[in-house]
Amino acid sequence: MNVQVSRRGLLKGLGAGLAGGSMGALGFGALEPAMAASVRPYKLAQMRETRNTCPYCSVACGIILYSLGDRSKNARSAVMHVEGDPDHPVNRGTLCPKGSSLLDFVQSETRTKYPQYRAPGTSEFKRVSWDFALDRIARLMKDDRDKNFIAKNGDLTVNRWTSVGFLGASATTNETAWMTYKTVRSMGALVFDNQARV
Amino acid sequence: MADYSSLDIRQRSASTETPPAIRSHMEVAKLIDVSKCIGCKACQAACEEWNDLREDIGVNVGVYDNPHDLTPKSWTLMRFAEYENEGTGNLEWLIRKDGCMHCTDPGCLKACPSPGAIVQYSNGIVDFIEEACIGCGYCVKGCPFNIPRISEKDHKAYKCTLCSDRVAVGQAPACAKACPTGAIMFGTKEAMIEQAHDRIEDLQSRGFDKAGLYDPAGVGGTHVMYVLHHADKPGLYSGLPTDPKISPLVAFWKGGAKVFGLATMGFAAVAGFFHYITAGPNEVEAAEEEEAIEMEDKARARDETEARPH
Repeated sequence: MNVQVSRRGLLKGLGAGLAGGSMGALGFGALEPAMAASVRPYKLAQMRETRNTCPYCSVACGIILYSLGDRSKNARSAVMHVEGDPDHPVNRGTLCPKGSSLLDFVQSETRTKYPQYRAPGTSEFKRVSWDFALDRIARLMKDDRDKNFIAKNGDLTVNRWTSVGFLGASATTNETAWMTYKTVRSMGALVFDNQARV
Repeated sequence: MADYSSLDIRQRSASTETPPAIRSHMEVAKLIDVSKCIGCKACQAACEEWNDLREDIGVNVGVYDNPHDLTPKSWTLMRFAEYENEGTGNLEWLIRKDGCMHCTDPGCLKACPSPGAIVQYSNGIVDFIEEACIGCGYCVKGCPFNIPRISEKDHKAYKCTLCSDRVAVGQAPACAKACPTGAIMFGTKEAMIEQAHDRIEDLQSRGFDKAGLYDPAGVGGTHVMYVLHHADKPGLYSGLPTDPKISPLVAFWKGGAKVFGLATMGFAAVAGFFHYITAGPNEVEAAEEEEAIEMEDKARARDETEARPH
């Protein structure tokens, strides 16, 4: 598109623009848009708070999960923010870098949400039912224990099973930790770690 | 100016409007006790989480600083410095949480040419209002601590807000809340100075006789203060300036040069207007027209002679 502007027209336009700009700059405020600055609105104002325990280490810091929706029938909840619980005696609101980034842990694409099984010789994990997973774990544990259980060391009864290890969760209560400990030890397993060690 | 934001404004960049000033607010401050910091970076993680930022995955360049520098998405950064103390023979690991200092006299706000793009709230927080930011980068030049960063994505300047959204509803900034060792404390400026003096007394009793508070007067004091074990040598802490001041170029550019430039423009406009009124536009007289036609004919005749082949 070609716009024909005469030299006079151009100078007139420039002059008017310059004069207008100068008026604004000299403090005739109407030309400055009155932009009301405002603080970013507080994003947790109406979020639902749920108490929980950080799942990483056995310090077991208290956390608060902030989630979308007020749990009304048609609103689906989703964790939007995680912060330390100021009323929790362990951490009193503070969190380490791992705890501080728990939101991405919750929303991680690689998070394991259900049992998965990779059959021998295949390269992909397939979703399986809890029944399948528990049955298979029980079967393999039983077979391994039958094969490798050591009842005696000479004359001494030892009843130990050292070819399998068990890793328990960190964010457990005393009762859960006690149960886990009893279950694992009752089978004679020695290779074992959970929160009850701390 | 009716302003419905939750914090009153004390100063606005490039603006002659006067904000409401009758209400008095307590000044807040963050106190970073470098002697208590273990460099865990919980503050960095909490900052990104709260402000909905995620830094791009970077590369290791052989030091613990990660990312290597402040970015538009990393508003705070642990800077690790090794210092061989000749007095004690100890190797000291000085870890400083870098980020906006929220100066009482902010160089960024002074330098900013866009009305209302940088504001200072009456509690002392200096905040960037990205909607009004034009991405010119003057704030970067104006900052004595080299803090603001311009995003390549939206060409706007970003930096720590001291979690103005949290502070406005009575909460501590995300970094201060997360800090597991209590190296970052938050409260009124008065309470933080008191806290600092307790810590300094303790440090001095344990051999750090040069321990002190970093609240530089050159920028009118700051709303993020440090307790340093070597307050006499702030440069040890990854180049913390000893006596930060707003560059004199900012004062020249926004003071002298701006006034002179505006006066020149104003004078030219006014002079042009009066010249137009008194002398009027340039009129071409008949004689001038004839003269021009004559000159054109002559020129054409000359061109033809020169262009004729020999």
